[in-house]
Amino acid sequence: MSAPDPAAHPVADFKPDLLQSAEHELCPGCGHPVAWRLVLEALTDLGLSHRTVLVAGHGCYTQMMKLSDLDSLQCLHGRAPAVATGVKRMLPQTAVVTLQGDGDMVSEGLHEVLHAGARGERVTALLFNNGVFGDTGGHLTATTVLGQRTKTSLEGRDPEVHGYPIDVARLLAQLDGTAYVARGAVNSPGLVARTGRMIRRALELQMAGAGFTFVEVLTMCPTGWFVGTAEGPDYLEESMMATFGIGELKAPGQ
Amino acid sequence: MTRRLLQGSEAVAEAAIASGCRFFSGYPMLPFTELLESMAKKLPAAGGVCISAESEIEAVNMALGAAATGARAATGSCGQGLALMQEAIAESALNELPLVVFNMARGQQDYFQATRGGGWGDYRTITLAPKDVPEAVAHTQLLFDLADRHRTPALLYGDYVIAHTSVGIEVAPLAFPPLPEKDWALDGTMSGTGRARQIWTWARGKPNTPGPGPNLAWQAIADKYAEIERTEARCEAEGTDDAEVVVVSFGTTAVFVDRVVEELRAEGVRIGSFRPVTLWPFPGAALAEATEGCRLVLVYELNAGQMVDDVRIHAADRSAVRSIGGVSQDASGMRQGDLLAADELRQRVRRALADGPAARSAR
Repeated sequence: MSAPDPAAHPVADFKPDLLQSAEHELCPGCGHPVAWRLVLEALTDLGLSHRTVLVAGHGCYTQMMKLSDLDSLQCLHGRAPAVATGVKRMLPQTAVVTLQGDGDMVSEGLHEVLHAGARGERVTALLFNNGVFGDTGGHLTATTVLGQRTKTSLEGRDPEVHGYPIDVARLLAQLDGTAYVARGAVNSPGLVARTGRMIRRALELQMAGAGFTFVEVLTMCPTGWFVGTAEGPDYLEESMMATFGIGELKAPGQ
Repeated sequence: MTRRLLQGSEAVAEAAIASGCRFFSGYPMLPFTELLESMAKKLPAAGGVCISAESEIEAVNMALGAAATGARAATGSCGQGLALMQEAIAESALNELPLVVFNMARGQQDYFQATRGGGWGDYRTITLAPKDVPEAVAHTQLLFDLADRHRTPALLYGDYVIAHTSVGIEVAPLAFPPLPEKDWALDGTMSGTGRARQIWTWARGKPNTPGPGPNLAWQAIADKYAEIERTEARCEAEGTDDAEVVVVSFGTTAVFVDRVVEELRAEGVRIGSFRPVTLWPFPGAALAEATEGCRLVLVYELNAGQMVDDVRIHAADRSAVRSIGGVSQDASGMRQGDLLAADELRQRVRRALADGPAARSAR
């Protein structure tokens, strides 16, 4: 098989319809753009292009809010699930998607996401988990795995000093209000495809009124992890996946 | 319609619903609790949603989300709970989202919180302080109008007396001039059109529809607040034309001031009263006029001295301003204490009159 001709397939051809521009300011090796692409493709495929509101938190992924052709509300750090509750209750026929990182959702906003889950709010909450505050330059979050080095855990996360990481997906799966809880990753083509199916399933269940739906995506942050750009995917598998297993934790019929 | 016996909280809830409020969220705390209860009882029947939230921070952010869809939305608490909401109230101001907030306060110590706020950025909160239940009913409806008209958070500064007093009242919907269309509201239908909407404090916009950015956006918001300051200040003045002494107070306290001032006038004392109806914008020009030529401007507020700052800024002669209020909390912690009494007030006014202008307050 011959290599694809770059001139015949400019990057613009691969731009999802719901993206106004493919030019972003994220770091090389960042996993967020891959993860976000899956969301935009799922929304388009499910015919939700003209009836989706994005409620975005604060972090590197704020870029997605800026670039996407989605009615978007940028909200306070940690509060997206509460804000989305107000949006969805007023717009019950509209797809409401929240986008947060692990610092936003699990450190600052654990209260909001757990209660939104318990209330069974019919929204899809997305967690892009890279185990570090990327936007601030690599600091410890509530999902930083044991041993992970950050600028606020220089010798690696030590349970005696920093405590243990939180598996928010597992917490959410225990709540009666949640309909779908899954965790994917974007460090290999197979997992990218599988994660795309999870996001699609979550959105379908939201629109069916099944309850709170949640997809966590493990994504690479080589900058925040202080590893080489190309090492990100393997590093994610070695470090994060040992703590956060991939799969559907809760789904209808399970 | 006929008059019905309603508790203040119920009447305010009915006024909010009559204004078209469709979303309410709150976290119980006396004396705000009864407003939350009333909304939980009445709002769903009117086609709205009331959520008993898991924290004040959740409550205000939920209401902010509902407001972003263009729905009339409100939340509330007491000053203590509002302390937790400050970040989101500022966010609502800087996102230009109309949000009505009820402070059914435990006292008058929240004047600074209401008029200065504890959020970040160059923002203001329109604040109305009713003196009784009928005024609270009118103010509630006015607040929804002002919030929409100016795209800003707007706050009702009520208290225990207003929340818990039952009065015979008819909650009649008030008429307001037409409002501009909410062409900024998010409902998802602009998604995928290439012109999707965005509500973002930093106002940077999207590639197809670049925003002005934070400096221009925030300056425009500051200009808007300057305009509100010029146009929306409201006050009530009684007997100030010939007064040598003016007593300034806000909210429930003003009812007691009016009574005492009336008595003293009957005795021949040239005394009047002045009440800011809007705490922000503070009716400074009207106060300057009302205190022109006064030898004493007495400020009666149930706190250690908060509104007195605004009075000093605007009074015709700031050296005439004296604080005659004080900290006054009931032992239950839920309401105003012993200073909310005509006898106490009368004594304090008489003492100030006897001391004359030479005796300055410590501040």
